[in-house]
Amino acid sequence: MTTTTPTRPAARTIYPTKKVTNPVLTAVIRHALIICFLVIMLYPVIWMVAASFKPENEIFNGLGLFASRFTLENYASGWSAGSLNFSRYFMNSFLVTVLSIAGNLVACSITAYAFARLEFPFKKFLFALLLGTMLLPSQVTMVPQYILFNQLEWINTYLPLVVPHWFGVDAFFIFLMVQFIRTLPRELDESARIDGCGHFRIFSRIILPLAMPAIGTTAMFTFINTWNDFLGPLLYLNRTELWTVPLGLSAFLDATSESAFGPLFAMSVLSLAPIVGFFIVSQRLLLEGVATTGLK
Amino acid sequence: MSDAPAAKELTETVRPESLGTITDDGPRSARQTRRPKSRIMKSKTREAIAAYVFLIPWILGMILLTLGPMLYSLYLSFTQYDLLSDPRWVGLQNYTRMFTADPRYLKSVAVTLVYVAISVPLLLIVSMLLALLLNRNMKFLTGYRALFYLPSLMGASVAIAALWRLVFGAQGLVNQALAIFGIEHGSWVGNPDDALTTIITLTLWVFGSTMIIFLAGLRQIPKELHEAATMDGAGAIRRFISVTIPLMTPLIFFNTLMGTIHAFQSFTGAYVVSGGTGGPADSTLFYTLYLYQRGFAQLDMGYASAMAWVLLAVLAAFSAFFFWTARFWVHYGDER
Repeated sequence: MTTTTPTRPAARTIYPTKKVTNPVLTAVIRHALIICFLVIMLYPVIWMVAASFKPENEIFNGLGLFASRFTLENYASGWSAGSLNFSRYFMNSFLVTVLSIAGNLVACSITAYAFARLEFPFKKFLFALLLGTMLLPSQVTMVPQYILFNQLEWINTYLPLVVPHWFGVDAFFIFLMVQFIRTLPRELDESARIDGCGHFRIFSRIILPLAMPAIGTTAMFTFINTWNDFLGPLLYLNRTELWTVPLGLSAFLDATSESAFGPLFAMSVLSLAPIVGFFIVSQRLLLEGVATTGLK
Repeated sequence: MSDAPAAKELTETVRPESLGTITDDGPRSARQTRRPKSRIMKSKTREAIAAYVFLIPWILGMILLTLGPMLYSLYLSFTQYDLLSDPRWVGLQNYTRMFTADPRYLKSVAVTLVYVAISVPLLLIVSMLLALLLNRNMKFLTGYRALFYLPSLMGASVAIAALWRLVFGAQGLVNQALAIFGIEHGSWVGNPDDALTTIITLTLWVFGSTMIIFLAGLRQIPKELHEAATMDGAGAIRRFISVTIPLMTPLIFFNTLMGTIHAFQSFTGAYVVSGGTGGPADSTLFYTLYLYQRGFAQLDMGYASAMAWVLLAVLAAFSAFFFWTARFWVHYGDER
């Protein structure tokens, strides 16, 4: 590393940390910087939450968070705004999300078990295929999938949104689980096998319970992705009574005139609430998942 | 839907194994007529069969929902197809039309390239800077980390895109904040010169996941390396360039690759902010948004398929090139 002569620099840098730095001061500056950044970053969302409780005419009255009075009327009028029906949309979103999560958990975990633990012909090739699909832009399959689901008369049903998850199309989650299962000690499987357990029982009794962190992460990310998904419902759901929350919000936004954003904000806040709620419950797990596998 | 394969697994995998258990017990196994068969069948074969049973859903999905559609989409890209009448073979016409007779297509390419070229590097820089700031054992670290991650959960939602459209509107938060400093600015969303900026800020806002990956990497850099460099007289910047960056190159590589692929496909932000039009003046006409308009609004599915294949080719070429460059700048630890 050193390229200079050995004598002088040694003398100069014996106590390199003697620089005049006050640890308390730097800590304070660091925290202040972080908090500043956080406030600026999250301010639009905080403002939106505050605005959803403001009377309609005060929403665009400046940057402040507080209005003359606190009101829930935005929530009441947004929930049943015109032809839109948010109780319906929330139910629909919930249904699609639950079915997608279930599908992803079943399909991804059994696929991951096979890749992580079993030996079989063409394993390398199939695994390469799996990794390849992780980089595949979804637009390439979007048009033919639409045509396929159209032929099956699945348009205006939830099947196009849910069924692919049951076939493990989310390669990312399979990869996540493979990586996780690989870290589990193989001795457990071996001893179970000696005790006479078959592959399915090793999977369900040993691997599955131990892989709960990876399964939880998958469930959480599937929840977020499905709940937020806009393009899928946009393609497949045309009838308003089938809409999910993102479609409802988008239609609401287009129908809203410049002066009536209160109800829109109220519904936006409600649409984000489940995600944030889940995150608060599970943030440690989720962030470990991001850090170890690079999920977005 | 998947009950069927699951049940199949039960019958196919559990039964031979339970036979095996009984075999170990000796005489009782005589009852089992299939015993010799299961003994003859090598455990390797059984393992392979079990594996393929486990893989049934995935392989079906691979064929029916990924590879099959890919090939069909390649075929469609050489046809004219509107979903109502049969596809009509037109050869390379879709591809030539894209590059010679469709200014909106070229505009969408330009918009997307500008967007990727600006948003991805900025995203990496912001993520790295904040990861460095958070890379200390300090109070509230998990809390900060969680708050920084919060936008990543919401960034893809319609709610946030809708909020962005208002925040950058004529009387939105941004202009009200600028007004405090005496700066007058019109609507960002409504101005062709600024609309893309709006969506880039939305992308940057969602830097949390990238930052957390960097932070995890920074935490794994052995302290001794920094201490040794300090002893050698390296300052903070020198240490960052000579110690931190080289050790972080695998993660920089990963984040750049995923960020770029992701950015090329971004859709919701542009759709919601522009009301589905890609406007004003096509300034936010992202590639995927134009593809959507072509395929699903104008039912020009052959053309949309051709666009998808061009995107795939570009991303594949980019990925291959990027993987090739990795050998020159990505340093893996000694163990690899």
